[in-house]
Amino acid sequence: MSIFEYNGSALVAMVGKNCFAIASDRRLGVQLQTIATDFRRIYKIHDKLYIGLSGLATDAQTLFGPYFVQPVIAGLGDDNKPFICTMDSIGAKYEPEELFETISQALLASVDRDCLSGWGGHVLFVTPTEVQEKALKGRMD
Amino acid sequence: MKLDTSGLETFVPPSRGFNVLPSDFTALPAFDLPGCTDFDGFQKNAVQMVKPAKGTTTLAFIFKEGVIVAADSRASMGGYISSQTVKKIIEINPYMIGTMAGGAADCQFWHRNLGIKCRLHELANKRRISVTGASKLLANILYSYRGMGLSVGTMIAGWDETGPGLYYVDSEGGRLKGKRFSVGSGSPYAYAVLDSGYRFDLSIEEAAELARRAIYHATFRDGASGGVASVYYVGPDGWKKLSGDDVGELHYKYYPVVTSSVEQEMAEAPVA
Repeated sequence: MSIFEYNGSALVAMVGKNCFAIASDRRLGVQLQTIATDFRRIYKIHDKLYIGLSGLATDAQTLFGPYFVQPVIAGLGDDNKPFICTMDSIGAKYEPEELFETISQALLASVDRDCLSGWGGHVLFVTPTEVQEKALKGRMD
Repeated sequence: MKLDTSGLETFVPPSRGFNVLPSDFTALPAFDLPGCTDFDGFQKNAVQMVKPAKGTTTLAFIFKEGVIVAADSRASMGGYISSQTVKKIIEINPYMIGTMAGGAADCQFWHRNLGIKCRLHELANKRRISVTGASKLLANILYSYRGMGLSVGTMIAGWDETGPGLYYVDSEGGRLKGKRFSVGSGSPYAYAVLDSGYRFDLSIEEAAELARRAIYHATFRDGASGGVASVYYVGPDGWKKLSGDDVGELHYKYYPVVTSSVEQEMAEAPVA
């Protein structure tokens, strides 16, 4: 068992035209046992910068390392140019509505094939002028 | 006087391996040992490694009208969901069904094998085999392969001359008669719902709903269970499938979403 899969998690971030979105699942588990279905793993740095921490939940909330987490960072720069980074990332030139739909479908499709994540999702959608947060309904199994 | 202890001394061969012993040494038959440090646990760990995942929830119980059998439909390999549409309730003959937990191939193969044996019994004796007899046929086969890596956790449910019958049989050789069973990684959750709602005088509809709820709650808490909750009923006229509900839809039927204001809130970010 990998310590990265102890709690289970799913994160995705995408950029669009002058915007980005970051989404996570909502499950917190201990191996196969589901403990909570309203867990948050996306943290706000400021209005235009968010960091999602997948992996070991306790380390994601801890001040000092070592950290068994894999970060997904998404933000808008000074020029409002969106950037995301992680081990691997996907980018596109979507209009805001398309980006929201795409990232939501990507998240829900991925957790449908994973025992250890899912139980709904959170999407944070950021443009230069606003931040929208949406909770996604998903399969609860 | 010195005590003669020469008869007690045993010959200790040099520890260089058996094949390099002098040719005059009476060679004993020998075999290679696995090259590992955990000698005792080696075989068990090796078997465990190739065993398929056991994530499942199945349940069955006897009540006034007969037997209710229910199961989820997820197959997983570690964290990966390999299928959401597995038939875990296996139809042995029109009066008997079995449930599947553990190795899919082991369960499927031995249940079909049991079906053959039951039909043969029917032909030879001009009457259907009892649930007691059928479950014992299966238990005896599984016991004969004990320790050889089979992984089966099953319930045999049916209706025979004595009325409803229910047995739990597993690949460790166990065979238990009972009124209420649940098998698989989701079984603790299913038992919790089942135990709190079970009564012998349940109607067929109430019993089916209890089984469905128990499977649903197990799929909610157990990561390895999910997909569809299938419910079967076995009565005097044989088995009948009552329902097959996608638990993704069942959740929102049992717990409709109450839209909170927080979830729809729209925050304004200052312009850079």
